Amino acid sequence: MSNSKDSVSRTVMVALVLCVVCSVIVSAAAVGLRDKQIANAINEKKMNILAAAGIEVVDGDLAAAFTLITPKLVDMRTGEFSTELDVATYDMRKAAKDPAQARALTSEQDIASIRKQSLYSTVYLVEGEQGIERIILPVHGYGLWSTLYGFIALEGDFNTVVGFGFYEHAETPGLGGEVDNAKWKAQWVGKQVYAAGSIVPSIGLIKGKAPAGDLHKIDGLAGATLTSNGVTNLVQFWLGEHGFAPLIAKLKAGEA
Amino acid sequence: MTSSLNVTLVMCIALTVVTAFSNFFIALIRNQVPSSIRIIVQMIIIASLVIVVDQVLKAYAYEVSKQLSVFVGLIITNCIVMGRAEAFAMQNPPIPSFFDGIGNGLGYSVVLLFVATVRELLGSGSLFGFEILPLVTNGGWYYSNGLMLLPPSAFFVIGGFIWLLRNSKIDQVEPVEYKLAAHTK
Repeated sequence: MSNSKDSVSRTVMVALVLCVVCSVIVSAAAVGLRDKQIANAINEKKMNILAAAGIEVVDGDLAAAFTLITPKLVDMRTGEFSTELDVATYDMRKAAKDPAQARALTSEQDIASIRKQSLYSTVYLVEGEQGIERIILPVHGYGLWSTLYGFIALEGDFNTVVGFGFYEHAETPGLGGEVDNAKWKAQWVGKQVYAAGSIVPSIGLIKGKAPAGDLHKIDGLAGATLTSNGVTNLVQFWLGEHGFAPLIAKLKAGEA
Repeated sequence: MTSSLNVTLVMCIALTVVTAFSNFFIALIRNQVPSSIRIIVQMIIIASLVIVVDQVLKAYAYEVSKQLSVFVGLIITNCIVMGRAEAFAMQNPPIPSFFDGIGNGLGYSVVLLFVATVRELLGSGSLFGFEILPLVTNGGWYYSNGLMLLPPSAFFVIGGFIWLLRNSKIDQVEPVEYKLAAHTK
């Protein structure tokens, strides 16, 4: 018995059958569950956009809450809304990796250490009767260990912060990871991005506690200087001249 | 991974399921497997099961699967799974092998949950995400132990667990196989 079991032809046969059976099972699981996985990833992103905008999800009805939000593409070269590409299928992260759809940043411009910036960015608007009530801008940049991805939401004056948060990062838990702390995030609400008349963002973290009543500064994260610097840099980059400052200037003037 | 009980619990369930079913399937075909390729056959079955578990978690427990990230995939390399496949499932029928997998999975879970309880309580002041020790950062009195949130702390906790076990159950301590030489001056 052992002879026939260990013969070469038998060995090849067993290996072949097993591989076919296992690959069918694995592919079936991957294909069968793909729709649900994609839906999960999209919901996750929507939840984060809503959280930054300060919109509550009633009874877990994400779709209903998200109807308040209009996604739009911004051409980062001109700072104007663009309809050239389909906003529903545009993926900023993929575009940033494609040389044809991204621009390289010089080391002076690139304070957020992202190297390449996609030519278009997806922003989200909450529109009311008087025009744009809130605008939610995607931000990302390098902290200590990882790229932090998040959203910052501004009021209709395009200066006051409504909400801020990261949805993806891998900073040190308990130190840099405190960027997820709800109490710390709450400090951002009501801060001003720009000083009066300026287009250079003043908002950022400072070492230690921010003075009470300061309009632009947020407490630094204890024990996480490099993450704190990273957060300041990425917010200042994305709200600065190579980020959304041109768009904001046009929106303020009512042109975009 | 063991810095939060929720995530650890899912990991334990995933590992127990994989050990039980890999034992079951390996026992089912144990008489057909040529001995020259038996290890790779076990690996293929284990790896396929792990991928299926990973896909299911991504679809039905998205939050947790994001935190577990690579660790579900690393079940493939877990020595308990392969160890039981080689030591038990290759010699025994499917049903006993299945229960052998469940038992070994549960034993592993006990250790993991112990580590996670210590790490989450001291590191985040909570259990299963519910606040037990109010943190200073949230207006309480407990200064969280940052070390407990970092991966190396798991080694210290496991070391402590082994020490506790060998102190309470003396029969677990192996007889000494060598004798220390007297100190030289």
